[in-house]
Amino acid sequence: MTQSPPILEIKSLQVRKGGILILDIPALQIEEGELLSLIGPNGAGKSTLLQTLASLTKVSAGEIVFKGERVAADHGGFAYRRRLSMVFQDPLLFDTTVFENVASGLRIRRMKKKEINRAVSENLERFGIAHLLQRSARKISGGEAQRVALARAFATKPEILFLDEPFASLDPPTRESLLTDLEAILRQTGTTTLMATHDRMEALRFSDRLAVMIGGKIFQVGPPYEVMNHPLDEFVASFVGVETILEGTVVKADQGSFLTLVGEKEIEAVGDIVLGDRVTLCIRPENVTLAVPPGHQATSARNVFPGVIEKVVPMGLYYKIQLQCGFPLVAYITTHSLENLKLKAGKEVVASFKATSIHVVKREPCQESQGLKGGGETN
Amino acid sequence: MGLILEGIYKAFYLLFTLDPEVMGVTLLSLQISGTATLISLMMGISVGTAVALTEFPGRKFVVSLINTGMGLPPVVVGLFVTIFLWRNGPLGFLEILYTPAAMILAQAVIATPIVMGITLAAIQSLPRNLRLQILALGATRIQMVRILVKEAKLPLLAGVMAGFGGVISEVGASIMVGGNIKGYSRVLTTATVMETSRGNFDIAIALGIILLILAYFINLVLTHIQQRERPR
Repeated sequence: MTQSPPILEIKSLQVRKGGILILDIPALQIEEGELLSLIGPNGAGKSTLLQTLASLTKVSAGEIVFKGERVAADHGGFAYRRRLSMVFQDPLLFDTTVFENVASGLRIRRMKKKEINRAVSENLERFGIAHLLQRSARKISGGEAQRVALARAFATKPEILFLDEPFASLDPPTRESLLTDLEAILRQTGTTTLMATHDRMEALRFSDRLAVMIGGKIFQVGPPYEVMNHPLDEFVASFVGVETILEGTVVKADQGSFLTLVGEKEIEAVGDIVLGDRVTLCIRPENVTLAVPPGHQATSARNVFPGVIEKVVPMGLYYKIQLQCGFPLVAYITTHSLENLKLKAGKEVVASFKATSIHVVKREPCQESQGLKGGGETN
Repeated sequence: MGLILEGIYKAFYLLFTLDPEVMGVTLLSLQISGTATLISLMMGISVGTAVALTEFPGRKFVVSLINTGMGLPPVVVGLFVTIFLWRNGPLGFLEILYTPAAMILAQAVIATPIVMGITLAAIQSLPRNLRLQILALGATRIQMVRILVKEAKLPLLAGVMAGFGGVISEVGASIMVGGNIKGYSRVLTTATVMETSRGNFDIAIALGIILLILAYFINLVLTHIQQRERPR
């Protein structure tokens, strides 16, 4: 992070709709030029947060500071909105040509014809849609439409860009090519960007920092790998992809490693934990190795548990295996390994995972809103 | 059968020779209904847009009122306009009963709720986030409303057509407040009623054909609008 003051700063922001608190964010800072992804399930308040920051929704309490200036609490402030751009999940194009769509923000600002022409062709070029110039917005594909929406957003040279799930309704190949192009354009222009998404992989690859939102609150902010590998609590863990979440009591603690009793099994993990503590263990599915009983090889993993496969779920390039080892466990396995090991429901296997690969969360009564400013540090 | 065929033959003769009486009635019809539609557009689009874009208590009631107004029976409108314009009625001082002005007033009353209701539906059927998108593009509130109305221009055109179609084919109110005075307040529909009652089927059929052609063009435009796609 740079030493310069943040471009956008949230101070004790609250938004209520019909008396219900739908957004409650004590503090959040967005640095100049950074790419921050908001990740969370549907209804987490991601869109509301973006709309509030774009001055499209009324703030109930607190304030938003943009480049040192307080953003007006009502939504009359078109002067502020002229410094930002926003792209929604739907392209929301106007019923006119592609050119006029991209020009619309500039026309609203009453810019000169020459400048409009230049800005439009520059941005159509940038998004690879120059050939669509005179086409009607009604007659282009979904992917092209979203490119037009992005070109329209960039045409006004925004100081900050808000993206509200811009890829959510595109098919995977279209999404992939647009994601690649947008990433390059954002890096090249250095536009500060706040993107809402519910796609973990999108967030992982796209962002400098990741903010996990659930129920109108930000639970954790930090670099993507850190958030995904060290979730602050089960809420975050369940969302960022740790599929196995176990709870238990510590029955033995010794020099940094400890044993947790989960059901009737003891799981070894690493951490600064005291005897009798309640802990939550998070095990990422890709860290679990499976083997078939007779021929399985010796492993350095401290946790080895025989179990039975309950369910095999195809996930595209890999399979998700749900196991019962005295506790539920989830593993990811490639199609190749699945075929080699002839895995199917009902088959007995041996699951192993390293003590160091387990993420440990101490059970404390109230953990929400921790780690807001830091880099998602756990202990 | 002979009566009908002869009637149709004579009707086409009147049409192709541009019979002055038939043309006069047609022109007056277009003038009166056109003016009434224009007034209803000003009232209907502004109020319809305002109701569509604002939240206020009793909004649902207002919307249901507008929707009811879309099916206002012309005879009832004719009755009330007549009462209002009657010599000692509330608007009697205007002295416009049995004039084209009274017909324009009555027709505007009929067409306004139609235009208003269609405007309301058209603006509301725009994507919910479109308003936010326009504001996010830096628009002021006035700019936003202007862009929204422009986006709804096709359904609004449908409103224009429906309003015009409603009043040009309406007979009850026109005959009641206009009086069907020859060369002054006689329009296509009232003339058709009169000529039919007199047994002048040739002129009645000629007038009927003109009405049908107008109705056809209105529906052609409406169909064209309905078949268009919205942009993504």
